[in-house]
Amino acid sequence: MSKPIAVNGDTAIAMAWKQINPDVVAAYPITPQTIIVEAYSDYVADGLVDTEYICAESEHSALSICVGSSAAGARVATATASAGLAFMWEMLYVSASMRTPIVMAVANRTLSGPINIHCDHSDAMGARDSGWLQIFGENVQEAYDNTLMAFRIAENMKVRLPIMTCLDGFIITHALERFEPLEDEKAKAFVGPYQPVRPLLDVKSPTTYGPIAMPEYYYEIKYQLVTAMANAMDVARQVMAEYGELTGRRYDLVEGYRTEDAEYLMVAMGSTAGTVRFVVDQLRAEGKKVGAVKVRLFRPFPTEDLVALLRGKKAVAVLDRAMSPGTGAPLYMDVVEAASQIGSPPRISNYIYGLGGRDIMPEQLSSVFGEIIEGRGERVNYLGVRK
Amino acid sequence: MADEGSSSLPLGGMIIEPGNSRRYRTGEWRSQRPEVDKEKCTNCLTCWIYCPDNSVLVENEKMMGFKYSHCKGCGICANQCPAKAITMREEGVE
Ligand code: SF4
Ligand code: SF4
Repeated sequence: MSKPIAVNGDTAIAMAWKQINPDVVAAYPITPQTIIVEAYSDYVADGLVDTEYICAESEHSALSICVGSSAAGARVATATASAGLAFMWEMLYVSASMRTPIVMAVANRTLSGPINIHCDHSDAMGARDSGWLQIFGENVQEAYDNTLMAFRIAENMKVRLPIMTCLDGFIITHALERFEPLEDEKAKAFVGPYQPVRPLLDVKSPTTYGPIAMPEYYYEIKYQLVTAMANAMDVARQVMAEYGELTGRRYDLVEGYRTEDAEYLMVAMGSTAGTVRFVVDQLRAEGKKVGAVKVRLFRPFPTEDLVALLRGKKAVAVLDRAMSPGTGAPLYMDVVEAASQIGSPPRISNYIYGLGGRDIMPEQLSSVFGEIIEGRGERVNYLGVRK
Repeated sequence: MADEGSSSLPLGGMIIEPGNSRRYRTGEWRSQRPEVDKEKCTNCLTCWIYCPDNSVLVENEKMMGFKYSHCKGCGICANQCPAKAITMREEGVE
């Protein structure tokens, strides 16, 4: 039996990597991801893994090394956050289009400016169109579980896309929580050995990775990402089901809580999803018909699953820990797009919250439920901002 | 225009057939074409050394003209020729 222990989210991710023992880890430290790469470099120094650990001089280099290593046939992991992710920008698109299934932990931290090291999702949201898969965890256990599942989803032959395993900076990365890792052997068996596709080091099958594509080919090669994303939806579902069998922790692309007879829903990602369920329980005790929806897989976006949960509801509040100045925020946009497939969709409003690490309190979420129940509130609301 | 669909192209557009750039006719890019005046040419093969597209034809150590299927008309050969034996002419103009 696996034993519960108390660690923070970053350490849990390093522990998952240790069990998987990737061939290459290339990284550059940045708060609040630092503990991951620090802990992992200890494992390397102590000889607990045989990973080639490369300290790059920047995030642009770190991800470039990951892309090259993956093309060479290696299983690769890395981690970053905020400005580090932004500095990887060019290579994000390159790695997705070159189909290198890199697993990257993103310790969600806001993007400047003003410069700030605390949590929001603006880093990952900016990368949502890059062709990377994105999976969000709610707590330390999920940060760990998502990591093991991420390797399986990304490396699947029908997918072959890089994946970001997102966890809220500080709230999950640095907070000590009780969690249960799998035994090493179980984790290794679940993830399985790495299978490369036409590795560069296979000199008998010479391959050129990442050649130029002129207008006659670019669009078709880009469209391959659409196909891979569609496949990833099914693969993620299967992997989560298999993981549920193994661990008893049953995950889904989107998870509803007390939604069946609910009339009002609140949608969230990351650590706030737990706060939303707490508030739902409080309001249910007062007889309010409310429910919670947690989006685990953000890319590809599980539109059909959302449609099934939203159908027949009266109003929905979508919580975004990021903003898109001038319009609604990313999660809201995707939820609205999903709801557009419903004949008479619920009224959907956007609540931007928690930017730059601002705490989100249960009372605030209760009042958001109050607003949507009474049909008040703007289309896009900035929760708690001093105007 | 190419006609392969997205699903029949190799993953990420990788090249899995060595040397298939032979079939990529860079000559289609050309707007100017090099022409050699063999009266002036000394067969020094400077043009052959400089051509980035391996498009100067050589037989028995003699410069024999250009491979227009792949010559993209960059003009480097004309620039480098010590005997000024190469002239660049507009394509499609007599
Ligand atoms: S560089 Fe000029 S002279 Fe020399 S081989 Fe070429 S065309 Fe002839
Ligand atoms: S024009 Fe350029 S490509 Fe054509 S033969 Fe001369 S050097 Fe080669």
